[in-house]
Amino acid sequence: MEITNREMKIIHTSTQLTTHDMLGSWKARWGVDRMNFKVEAGLYSVGKPDKSSPVLVTANYKMSFDSLRKELTELDAWILVLDTKGINVWCAAGKGTFGSKELINRMAIVQLEKVVSHRTLILPQLSAPGVSAHEVLKYSGFKVLYGPVEAKDVKAFIHSGMKATAQMRTVSFSVYDRLVLTPVELVSSFKVSLIIFGILFLLNLIGVGPFGLVDFYAYMGAVIIGCVLTPVLLPWIPGRAFAWKGWLVGLIWAVMVNMFNGWPGAPEYGLLRALGYLMILPSASAFYAMNFTGSSTFTSFSGVLKEMRIGVPAISISIFLGIVLIVVNSFI
Amino acid sequence: MKNRYLKNVATLKLKSDKCTGCGRCIEVCPHQVFVIKEGKSVIVDKDGCMECGACVKNCSFNALDVKPGVGCAYAIIMGWLTGTEPSCDCSDNGSGGCC
Repeated sequence: MEITNREMKIIHTSTQLTTHDMLGSWKARWGVDRMNFKVEAGLYSVGKPDKSSPVLVTANYKMSFDSLRKELTELDAWILVLDTKGINVWCAAGKGTFGSKELINRMAIVQLEKVVSHRTLILPQLSAPGVSAHEVLKYSGFKVLYGPVEAKDVKAFIHSGMKATAQMRTVSFSVYDRLVLTPVELVSSFKVSLIIFGILFLLNLIGVGPFGLVDFYAYMGAVIIGCVLTPVLLPWIPGRAFAWKGWLVGLIWAVMVNMFNGWPGAPEYGLLRALGYLMILPSASAFYAMNFTGSSTFTSFSGVLKEMRIGVPAISISIFLGIVLIVVNSFI
Repeated sequence: MKNRYLKNVATLKLKSDKCTGCGRCIEVCPHQVFVIKEGKSVIVDKDGCMECGACVKNCSFNALDVKPGVGCAYAIIMGWLTGTEPSCDCSDNGSGGCC
């Protein structure tokens, strides 16, 4: 029987990110072609790795790959990129695409056992929801070590003999971490906003709606509060549920809008409309703030479900009543 | 300032009799929910649990249990609308904050 050797494919990569790489990340942050920001799955090398060099595993979302390789300066290492369909490590692990099966398959495809003589893999800690370390060991003979949460600590992890400090093991969610996630929230809110503007415009056309500039800036303010301000100020806003936090800041905004227009005297646009804003604006902010749960690093499914069971009906009823008040107001 | 979410909702359970104190759960937990006490893992911050399922997936002694799911309102809304289990599948339409 003839045994043919499959060709080994190793792609060399750099630890230096180019302007093009950084522009790509920036575009993804703004939601531009975000679902197609990926690299080819397979085995990569940085520096001059040999049979004893560490193997680091990551996702094929280009932002994940880039944030890993840029931390590997002066290091000789292998990077095993899994096919996670262009999704980051943590989300892919949650879905199972960054999982034991893909890892075992990918190791076989790149013939990792021939590339390195050791039998150890370093995985990002956040891949653990998808990977079962004991199963990978059982089926591939490779031992999985969970490295730090963040790529920036990977060098310290390797240099300390594969030891992660408690801090390296904990997910942070700093003001900056939250801020970089807000553009995509804002961009995805625009679709909903355009539909709303379309409906208001039609109502104006048929003569039912008295909607104008005040409505526009009042609503846009509520969107920015829900998508940007609440996420950024998150831990400082009292309460725990995201919808509640958004509602609270939105309420301040609704009061401000009414004050711009004459409160505490009679507002130019009538009392019912002022009440309508108090019903609608905080609810809109609450809705957008609630959507930020998906971007956060600490909300549980049970928790989000609990807040939505109360939040979604409350938001819907409040917005509906607010619209009724405004429409009634326009007929007085 | 530390971010904290709703209290008394996490479905995380630890069966102490099955735990061998290997410490894997401590290694994979992103919110330091566990500590080892007297050779066994104990839950010290249940409200910190985000139900990611990392500990369950990596416990080779089946000592842990949680109902894993995505803590994402958008996914839950889509689940309600389409009558499916909420999943982190924003990739299909490219909207929503998660992933």
